[in-house]
Amino acid sequence: MNQATEITEMQLEELLSNFPPEQQELIPVLQAVQAQLGYLPEPAMKRVAEYLRVPESAVYGVATFYAQFRFQPRGRKHIMVCRGTSCYVQGATEILRAIQQHLGIEEGQTTPDFEYSLETVACIGACGLAPCIMIDQAVAGKLTPEKIREILGRGGR
Amino acid sequence: MTPQFETLQRRAGEKWAQWQDQQKPWIAVGTATCGRAAGAMQVLAALRQETKRLGLDCDFLEVGCSGACYAEPLVSVMRPDLPGICYGPVRPERVPELVRRWFAEEKVTPEIALGTLNSQSLDGVRPLEKHDFFRFQVRRTLCHCGEIDPTNIDHYLAHGGYSGLARGLTIGSENVIERIREAGLRGRGGAGFPTWKKWQLCRETSADRRYVVCNADEGDPGAFMNRSLIEGDPHLVLEGLIIAGYAIGASEAYIYCRAEYPLALERLRTAIAQAEAYGFLGENILDSGFSFRVRIKEGAGAFVCGEETALIASIEGRRGMPRPRPPYPATYGLWGKPTVINNVETLACVTQILQRGAEWFAQYGTPASKGTKTFSLVGKVKRTGLVEVPLGTTLRRLVYDIGGGILNDRSFKAVQIGGPSGGCIPAELLDTPIDYDSLQAAGTIMGSGGVVVMDERTCMVDFARYFLDFAQKESCGECPPCRLGNRQLLDILTDLTQGRGSDEDLALLEQLSEVVRLGSLCGLGKTTPNPVLSTLRYFRPEYQAHLEKVCPARSCKALIRFRISEICVGCMICADSCTANGVIVGEDRPQIDPSQCTRCGTCIDVCPQGAIVVE
Repeated sequence: MNQATEITEMQLEELLSNFPPEQQELIPVLQAVQAQLGYLPEPAMKRVAEYLRVPESAVYGVATFYAQFRFQPRGRKHIMVCRGTSCYVQGATEILRAIQQHLGIEEGQTTPDFEYSLETVACIGACGLAPCIMIDQAVAGKLTPEKIREILGRGGR
Repeated sequence: MTPQFETLQRRAGEKWAQWQDQQKPWIAVGTATCGRAAGAMQVLAALRQETKRLGLDCDFLEVGCSGACYAEPLVSVMRPDLPGICYGPVRPERVPELVRRWFAEEKVTPEIALGTLNSQSLDGVRPLEKHDFFRFQVRRTLCHCGEIDPTNIDHYLAHGGYSGLARGLTIGSENVIERIREAGLRGRGGAGFPTWKKWQLCRETSADRRYVVCNADEGDPGAFMNRSLIEGDPHLVLEGLIIAGYAIGASEAYIYCRAEYPLALERLRTAIAQAEAYGFLGENILDSGFSFRVRIKEGAGAFVCGEETALIASIEGRRGMPRPRPPYPATYGLWGKPTVINNVETLACVTQILQRGAEWFAQYGTPASKGTKTFSLVGKVKRTGLVEVPLGTTLRRLVYDIGGGILNDRSFKAVQIGGPSGGCIPAELLDTPIDYDSLQAAGTIMGSGGVVVMDERTCMVDFARYFLDFAQKESCGECPPCRLGNRQLLDILTDLTQGRGSDEDLALLEQLSEVVRLGSLCGLGKTTPNPVLSTLRYFRPEYQAHLEKVCPARSCKALIRFRISEICVGCMICADSCTANGVIVGEDRPQIDPSQCTRCGTCIDVCPQGAIVVE
């Protein structure tokens, strides 16, 4: 456990050295931290505040304002369900429900084995192929609850 | 035009001509995000494998999206001796047949052919330009999407790319603004403010530095014009950004692009690096003395950041919360400096005005709304996709001629334009021309160009509720009318959709909407009541029915029941497909268990007898 934290700290210092210590780098830095760790642990946010010389409250304020940032570790596969207008009209609610049922988690949660995490996003921008979801960086479109079971297959509970 | 630019352009032109004249067949696959979502990468892999297996010497080209989302994945096959054919949708399992027939037998596979790529028909396949989806379009900003490799700057250069910048640098910044004024370009991001005025104001404000920001934070759910344009033709946007910087006297620019668009971000990074290598960005661009650099900022997911002052706060590294205007960003923007913020499509138009002239641009459109506009045509329409039409085109043409009408031949109910800030337009107003002013008169806005079509099964009360749910989640929380008002509007609408509405609710909705509209600080709160107001205006009887606990569209789940009727043959397909264990064995046929049924409608879709009724 200790070892893991140390590696994280070293990674964090290396990552911070790529950014000049200015307030305008706050969001890019948080994005980079999250890209590496999958979420924003509290010690990392404190170190970011120190490095950029902005109050911890400002870092936390920004992190909680934007939908992209997470404070819990995410799964190895991260599922984003589009809640855009086109997807909504084409049945995104049923897609979300099918995924929730299949994985046994609600939006914003991660499966106990850290295989999957689930969240909804405003719009993925593949509206012509609604309803759609994004698994990591790959978009899957024209979905049905049936197809969800195929895609998640063995990941099901 | 400088000799440096002429050399670059000539070299690129020669490379493109060589590519076109080669005696080798080539295959283009649309691999933008939407193409990939439909399986384009698997199709590309299958094409490579099959051509290799047959020993064919063949080139591959990954292109952006031609806009025909409904027919993706799209594949164009070209051979020197025959007209090219565009196929779609192509499934990987059809690839061997397609390749064998085309390359060995010189035969088309007509069932999946969309059209030929020149003006001749072949084997009964008509030219793509005659296809209804394309016939009514005037593709200008989209002219390279699906035609060129977006990661190859030479392809762009060979099609007149960067000649707008070269011309701008020759005629001088004041003349650039004058050209934009002559063209009559209005901002494509929503409000439709004249672009030249914004630029002029910024330029006239004295300052030691100025900024340009490209707003690529396409936040409207249901819209993807900007994503598609950046993925298919990033240099067209980048060139416009450099021209804007030159016109207002800025030396730095930011592109604020959503993190949800990883491929668009990748294309932008590639384009910027290429433009730097060719000397279109950096110090002393094309020997003009003008220096300019561009940085990308990834949006972190906040709809309100589409609002100018919130976007500025976000770039500065703060919470994306708006401030009162004036002062407008054009005089007091990023770090207090004069800043012009333009939408992606506006910048693409700027490029083309400089490349082809103001007169060319103003050929299409109406007197007050010049040019063409791209729309993402989605929802319950047969042909979904990205389309570009002259401003002033009617909604009917968009939905019926280009979109092919309503899915499953159901009846048209409404079309929603302008995202969460827009409104719904009913069937009676389908002949409304799409221009800034006509749409406003109809109770909506142009917005960025999302067009969502709804059929008789969409409940308008629930649809308004959907938008208010969105507005309430995305409200930044700064001003009470938006923070609290939208929440209350949502609560009332939720009550209505669950059969808990009371008689005063409709008047209350109208009154509260007005308060939110008038009292909110920024454009978000000022427009979020639009979906409520426009549906109340055109679909009031539907609201009244909800007061009687009836949902005429049979969509509000608390107000409907499913029942399996007598014509059921007992095949139990419904029970197998039900994920909620809502179908139980009955006496002579299966029955729906109302306590388990989630009214998702899957059983209706799978029942071969059509035995499941909604009441």
